[in-house]
Amino acid sequence: MPRHQPATPAKQHIRPMPVGWWLKRTSYFLFMMRELTCVFVGGYALFLLMLVARIGEPDAFAALLEHPGSLVFHVLALPFVLYHTITWFNVTPKALVIYRGEEKVNPVIIAGANYVGWIVVSVALIWIAWIAIGSA
Amino acid sequence: MAASNTTTSNAVVTMDVFRYEPDASELPRMQRYTVPFREDWVVLDALNHIKDEIDGTLSFRWSCRMGVCGSCGMMVNGEPRLTCNSFLRDYYPNPIRVEPLSYFPVIRDLIINLDHFLDKLEEVKAWLIPAEDRELSEGEYRQSPAQLAQYKQFSMCINCMLCYAACPAYGHHSEFIGPAALALAQRYNMDSRDGASDERADVIFSEEGIWDCTFVGECARVCPKNVDPASAIQQAKVEATKDFFKSVLVPWGKRQQPAESR
Ligand code: SF4
Ligand code: FES
Repeated sequence: MPRHQPATPAKQHIRPMPVGWWLKRTSYFLFMMRELTCVFVGGYALFLLMLVARIGEPDAFAALLEHPGSLVFHVLALPFVLYHTITWFNVTPKALVIYRGEEKVNPVIIAGANYVGWIVVSVALIWIAWIAIGSA
Repeated sequence: MAASNTTTSNAVVTMDVFRYEPDASELPRMQRYTVPFREDWVVLDALNHIKDEIDGTLSFRWSCRMGVCGSCGMMVNGEPRLTCNSFLRDYYPNPIRVEPLSYFPVIRDLIINLDHFLDKLEEVKAWLIPAEDRELSEGEYRQSPAQLAQYKQFSMCINCMLCYAACPAYGHHSEFIGPAALALAQRYNMDSRDGASDERADVIFSEEGIWDCTFVGECARVCPKNVDPASAIQQAKVEATKDFFKSVLVPWGKRQQPAESR
C-alpha cells in the first residue's frame, strides 16, 4: 500500500486519448507501421508452412510458388518485412547492453552484428540453392 | 555568444496557453498572450512574464530554472519539454502553444495531477534496500566504478514525467507503471549494493509493469537527462524472459518470478 496520500482535487480535467493519436506524430505513425509489419511476417510464415506441406509433391510446390497470388503477396510483403527487420535490428542495442568494464560496448557494433548475421545467412542460403540447382 | 541585443527591439511572441479554471468552467480553453521576444528567454520566462505583467491568474509549476528539479515540464507545440530549457528563439517567429503534460489529469491551467506517478515510485520501491544490513562501524558499502556504470544512466532521472507524456501506452492505460518508475526500479535492481529485486519483481513483471510497454521508444527521445527508460524496460524484459526459461529448464534452481502473470 502506498504511503503517499493522494490529494486528488474535487475537480480535474481528463483529456481523452484522441482516436487518431497515431496519426498525430511521425514517430507514433512509424511505430504503428512497425506493428503492422507483423501481419506480413505472419503471412510469410504461413506461406512457408504451405510450401512445407507440399514438400513431397514437386508440381504442387512449384505451382504455389508460381501462382500470381503468391507473386503479388511477395511484392507487397517485401517492403514491410524489410522495414520490420531493419527497425528491430536497429533497436537491439536497447535490449542488449554489454559492458566492458566501465564502458558500454558501442551500440553500432551490437546492431551491426545483426546485419552481419543477416548477410552470412543470406549468402549461405543462396550458395546452397546454387549447388542444388547445379546438381538438379 | 549572441549578445542579447533584443531588449530594445519591439519583437513579440504569441503564446497560446491552455487554461483550465475548474471554478469558472468545466471546460478548458486556450488563451492568447503577447509577450516580448528576447534572445535569452525560455518558455518559462515568457510564462513568468505573463503571470507578473499580464495575468496573475495563470498557474504553473517551476522551481530551479536550470533543468534539475523536473517540475516545469509542459507540452510546447505538442512536444513534452522542460520549459526552462526551451528557448523562445527556437520557435520564433511562430506562435508557441503551451499545454499541460499529455495524458495526465489537469488540476488547473498547466498543472497536472501527479499523485499516480508518486504512487508508482512507491510501488516499485524506488530506493536503495541494502542486501545486508551493516553496523555503522563496519564502514561504507563499497562499489567499483564498473558496478556504478551499470546503473548510473538510470540514476540521472529528475522525475519530470516528460517520458509519460510521450508514451501512448500510458495514454491508453494510466495504470501502466510507466517509463521513469520502471527505469528507476531497474536502477536499484542493477545497483550492486541493493538486494531487493525479489521485492520489486511482483510489480515490475506484472501486466501493468514491463509487459504493458510496446516499445514505442518515445520516452528515450524526449528525456532531458538521457535516461533511456526504453532501454531499461527492454533489458528488464530480457531478464524476465531468461528467468522464465531458467525456471522451466532448471526447476530445482533458484525459483524466480515467472515472466508472465496474465
Ligand atoms: S526518465 Fe527522463 S523524461 Fe522520464 S521522468 Fe526521468 S528524467 Fe524525466
Ligand atoms: S524549473 Fe526546474 S527543471 Fe525546469
